[in-house]
Amino acid sequence: MIDDIIENRRIVITCGTGGVGKTTSAAALALEAARRGRNVAVVTIDPAKRLAGTLGLDELTNTPREIDRARWDPARRGTQQGRLSALMLDTKTTFDELVTANAEDPEQAQRILDNRFYRNISGALSGTQEYMATEKLYELHTDGGYDLVVVDTPPTRHALDFLDAPERLMQLLDNPIFRVLMAPTRAGLRIAGFAVQAFLRTVARVVGREVIEDVIAFLRAFEGMEEGFRSRAEGVRALLADPATAFVLVTSPRREAVAEAVFFADELEKHDHSVDALIVNRVHPLFGEANADGLRKRAMSIAEQATGDGSPRDSAAVRLSALYENLSDLSGLAAKERRQVAGAAERVRSGEVAYVPLLPHDVCDFDSLHEVCRRLFDHGHGDDVAADHDDATDAGFEAGGTTGGR
Amino acid sequence: MVAGKGGVGKTTVTATLARAATRAGQSVLIVEVEGKSGLAGAFDQPPLGYEETELAPGLRARTLTPDEALVDYLENAGLRRISRRLASSGALDVVSGAVPGMKDILVLGKVKQLEQAGAADLIIIDAPAAGHALTFLLSPQGLLDAVRVGPIRKQAEDVTAMLSDPDRCRVLLVTTPEETPVTEVAETAFYLEDRIGVALGPVVVNGVYPPSRVPVGIDAAGIQNEAALLDVFVSDREAADLARAADFRVERARVQATQVERLERMLPLPQIHLPFLFSGGVGTEELDELTSAFTEGVDTLAAA
Repeated sequence: MIDDIIENRRIVITCGTGGVGKTTSAAALALEAARRGRNVAVVTIDPAKRLAGTLGLDELTNTPREIDRARWDPARRGTQQGRLSALMLDTKTTFDELVTANAEDPEQAQRILDNRFYRNISGALSGTQEYMATEKLYELHTDGGYDLVVVDTPPTRHALDFLDAPERLMQLLDNPIFRVLMAPTRAGLRIAGFAVQAFLRTVARVVGREVIEDVIAFLRAFEGMEEGFRSRAEGVRALLADPATAFVLVTSPRREAVAEAVFFADELEKHDHSVDALIVNRVHPLFGEANADGLRKRAMSIAEQATGDGSPRDSAAVRLSALYENLSDLSGLAAKERRQVAGAAERVRSGEVAYVPLLPHDVCDFDSLHEVCRRLFDHGHGDDVAADHDDATDAGFEAGGTTGGR
Repeated sequence: MVAGKGGVGKTTVTATLARAATRAGQSVLIVEVEGKSGLAGAFDQPPLGYEETELAPGLRARTLTPDEALVDYLENAGLRRISRRLASSGALDVVSGAVPGMKDILVLGKVKQLEQAGAADLIIIDAPAAGHALTFLLSPQGLLDAVRVGPIRKQAEDVTAMLSDPDRCRVLLVTTPEETPVTEVAETAFYLEDRIGVALGPVVVNGVYPPSRVPVGIDAAGIQNEAALLDVFVSDREAADLARAADFRVERARVQATQVERLERMLPLPQIHLPFLFSGGVGTEELDELTSAFTEGVDTLAAA
C-alpha cells in the first residue's frame, strides 16, 4: 500500500526518467508523511525554480532546512507532531565533506580538496551526483534524526547509476590504472604491461602531462582513505537493500517514459529490490466509458445534420458534433495511455499503482502539492477533471496530476 | 541541434525536422548523443548503433555517445586492442573526468568531422537534456580555459568556431506550452546566446491542442437543449461526460494559450507549433501529420 510506504518505511526513493514528475511526486509523498505525523526530510536534485522556492530551497545549503508548518499545513489539518524539511543536493559540497570526514588529518583533506583532478571530478564525473545522493541519504538516515527520508534521484537515463554508485566507486579504486599510477616504482609499471603504458603515454600526449600528474597527486593524497570509502559504500549498499527502504517508480503515459520505467523495474529486480509502488503522472482523465469509435461515429452522424445556413439547428449540429468529437478524442487517449502504462504496472508486485491526472496548472506550491496528495492517497474514489469537480463516475481509472513535468 | 528538457518531445521534433528536410530534398543524418531514445521506434526500426542506419530514403541515423567517441578516438590513435577493455573498466571515465568537458569535445569533434566531410546536407544532433543542454555546449569553452596546448585544445577551438557560426550551426529549442518548460526554455535561450554565442533557430512548441469547436462553459442541461433541437437522444450520463470533457478541453486550451503568449513575451524568437496528438504515441502516420504541420510553420515564417 502506498499508505504503508509513507507511514512505515524509513527511506523512500523515487526512480524514473526525466520529465515525468519525479521531484513533484517525491515532494508530495514527503508532505503527506509529514501530515500524518512523521518527521520527514526530502532530498531534491534539480527542482524547478518555483517548487524550489516553495520548499525553501532558494539558496544552496547542504543540510535540510525545516519548512514552517504554517506554510505546508496552514489549516492545521495534519497530525500534531509532523515535521517537514527539504534539501537540494549540492554534489560538490557533499563530496568535500566526505573527504574531510575520512581524511586522517586536515592536511590530507586539504591536499585533496585543492587537487585539480579532484575538483574536476567532484563536480563532473558521471556517477558522482548519484553517489553523493546515496551518501547524503546515508547521512540523513543515520544521523539526521528523521523518521523518513524521501530521495529524488537524478534525472539520469541510466537507471543503474543510482543503485550502482557505491559499486562503481569501488571499482574505480580497484582499477589497474590506479594501481599502476600509485606504485612509485618501475616494477609496478612493468607489471601493468605495455598496453597500459601505451595508454598512459597517449593520454599524456593528448591532454597534457599535468593531467596525469594531477591524477597521481590525487591518488597519493587519497592513500589510506580507501578503507573509509569502502566501508561507507558497503553501508550504503546495505541501506538500499534494507526492507525499510521503498522504491517508488514514477512515470508518465509517454511511451518512452514507460519503457524507461520498465527498464528501471527490471534493473531493480536484478539487484534484488522490487518496485513497491508505481505513480503515473500526467494522465488524461477518463470521462465516462472508453468508447472512442462509437463516439466518433455519433459525432459524424450529428455533423451530417449541419446545413451550413447558420440556423439554430445548424449551430447545434456543429456544436454537438464537436462535443462528441472531443469526448471521443479524450476517451480514446485515456484508454491508450492506460494500455501503454500496463507494461510498467505489471512489474509492480504489490499491485500498488496510483494515477495522477494532468492538472490545469504546474505543481509549484503547497496547495497544488496537496491536490496531488489527494489523488495519490484517495484510492477507490472517482477521477476528477479539475480541482472543483468531485463526482465519482470513474471506471477504475484514478486520477490526480502534475503538469510540472519534473 | 535540437535541445530541450526531458519530456517535451525533443526526439519527436528531431524526427519531424528530419522528415521535413528530406521532403524538401535534403539528405539528413541524425546523430543521437545520449543513446537509448525512441527515435528509431518512430520509424518502426530497431535501435540505433554507432554505424549509420537508413531510417527512410535520404535519412540516416546513428548514435554518438561520449564513450563511443572516446573509444573511436583512441582506436584512431592506435590503441584499438585495449581501448574497449579500458572503457569497460571505467578508466576512460577517470581520464575524461580529469579533463572537464573532454567527452563532450570528442563528440562535438566527431560531429565537426562529419560536417566537414559533407556527411549530409543537414546534420541533426539530438542534444542532451540534462542541465538544459548547457554543459554539453559549454564544454569547448571550459576546455579552452583548462588545456593550454595539444590536440584537444585544437579540437576545442575548431568546435567553438563551428558552434558560433550561424551559417553552420543553429540550436532549435523545444518546449511544451506549460509554465515550467516555458520558463526554462527562455532561461536556456538567453544563456546559450550570452555564454556560448550559439545562434538560435525558431522555438518549437510541441503538443499544442488543435482548436476545437466545443462551446465554452456548456453544461449537461445546455447539451440536452442542443440535442433537442436535432431530435438526437443524449442520456443524462453522456451529457454530463460531454460537458466535463468540454470543460477540460477549454481549460487546457486556455492554459496553453496563456503560456504561448508568455513565451512570446519572454523570448522574442519565432515559434513553430506542433499539434498535440490524441493517438498517444508517434508512429509513421503521426510523423506525417507532424511533418506537414512543421513544414507549414516553416513556410509561414519564411513568408513573413
